[in-house]
Amino acid sequence: MAKAKGDIIIDVEICKGCELCVEACPENIIETAKQVNNKGYLYVVKVEDSCTGCTNCALVCPEAAITVYRKVKKKKELVTKISNVTSDITLKVGK
Amino acid sequence: MSEQTIIDEIKTEENLVYKKPEALKDTPFHYCPGCAHGVVHRLIAEVIDEMGIQSETIGVAPVGCSVFAYNYIDVDMTEAAHGRASAVATGIKRVLPDRLVFSYQGDGDLAAIGTGETIHTCNRGENVLIIFINNGIYGMTGGQMAPTTLENMKSTTTPFGRDVSVMGYPLKITELVAALPGTQYVTRQAVYKPGLVRKTKKAIRKSFELQKENKNGTCFIEVVANCPSNWKMTPVESNKWLEENMLPFYQLGDIKTPNGRK
Ligand SMILES: Cc1ncc(C[n+]2csc(CCOP(=O)(O)OP(=O)(O)O)c2C)c(N)n1
Ligand code: SF4
Ligand code: SF4
Repeated sequence: MAKAKGDIIIDVEICKGCELCVEACPENIIETAKQVNNKGYLYVVKVEDSCTGCTNCALVCPEAAITVYRKVKKKKELVTKISNVTSDITLKVGK
Repeated sequence: MSEQTIIDEIKTEENLVYKKPEALKDTPFHYCPGCAHGVVHRLIAEVIDEMGIQSETIGVAPVGCSVFAYNYIDVDMTEAAHGRASAVATGIKRVLPDRLVFSYQGDGDLAAIGTGETIHTCNRGENVLIIFINNGIYGMTGGQMAPTTLENMKSTTTPFGRDVSVMGYPLKITELVAALPGTQYVTRQAVYKPGLVRKTKKAIRKSFELQKENKNGTCFIEVVANCPSNWKMTPVESNKWLEENMLPFYQLGDIKTPNGRK
């Protein structure tokens, strides 16, 4: 299984089950649950772990019910510091 | 590492990319499932957060489904009589010119009973932002025909579809106000797709920025919206219908932009 890059939290109590997020998710990982919330709406849940954190679901949600997380790319670490370079040099930095 | 720990690692403060804006109260919306009003309210709140203008912004709510907009957007707001929101916004802006003033109105409110106020606010070039939600219908009262109802579109008062020979033509009030010298920025947007939601937010931000920077006139944003309940469709169907039927007539994009600004 691909490692998840993102994640969402759906506030199921304010979700109205409109399924606009289901439509908007490019990974097809949101589905309508088989239960209703306190208001009687069939809410939606995340069913797979392949979220990329693209925020599409949260953007179209009319209830502002979705919080989105996306892994921040770690900055490449500085390998070495070179000082006092007096002429042109070519450096290749690999793993 | 177990799957659970991988997932939990993601939900950290530094990885947070989207959350409900602070300027949106916790009160759940009373809108029908899938209704565009909620998205536009949220976008206004997001822009208020991002620009840090919560204490300077004043909103005017309309009569229509969004009559309770002041229960959701956490800024100073007032209610206007049906159609009069832009006139009320005018008064507030003239008394408090350093505040950022917006009205939020439906198509029945803005383009039917409030046509006079809308046209004259724009023609006077009041330095306010008018946000216009066009769902082609009177939502709150049960789906009667609005001036914006499309030709042949069914509503409770046009059960066989709007016959333009009897009921007149759908009104493009946005193009109309763009023709007035008092408007500086006039645009038509929609919120049924993620990319369009981003564009609408940009338009709201640009309008508040213009209002802050200059006194060159009214900003006007139409949002072509759905009304799943009165269109008698599921939210997903209503957005498809909007794309196929509303957008060919109400074309998206900027109609008037201030000089030298994208
Ligand atoms: C003076 C007056 N006339 C009529 C009404 C009845 N009325 C309430 S809401 C509404 C239309 C609202 O439609 P729209 O502005 O399109 O907003 P939506 O509900 O679709 O968001 C009407 C005619 C009223 N409240 N006040
Ligand atoms: S878009 Fe929001 S309200 Fe609609 S089903 Fe998804 S989480 Fe629920
Ligand atoms: S009636 Fe229409 S405009 Fe009013 S809340 Fe319901 S879907 Fe939205």
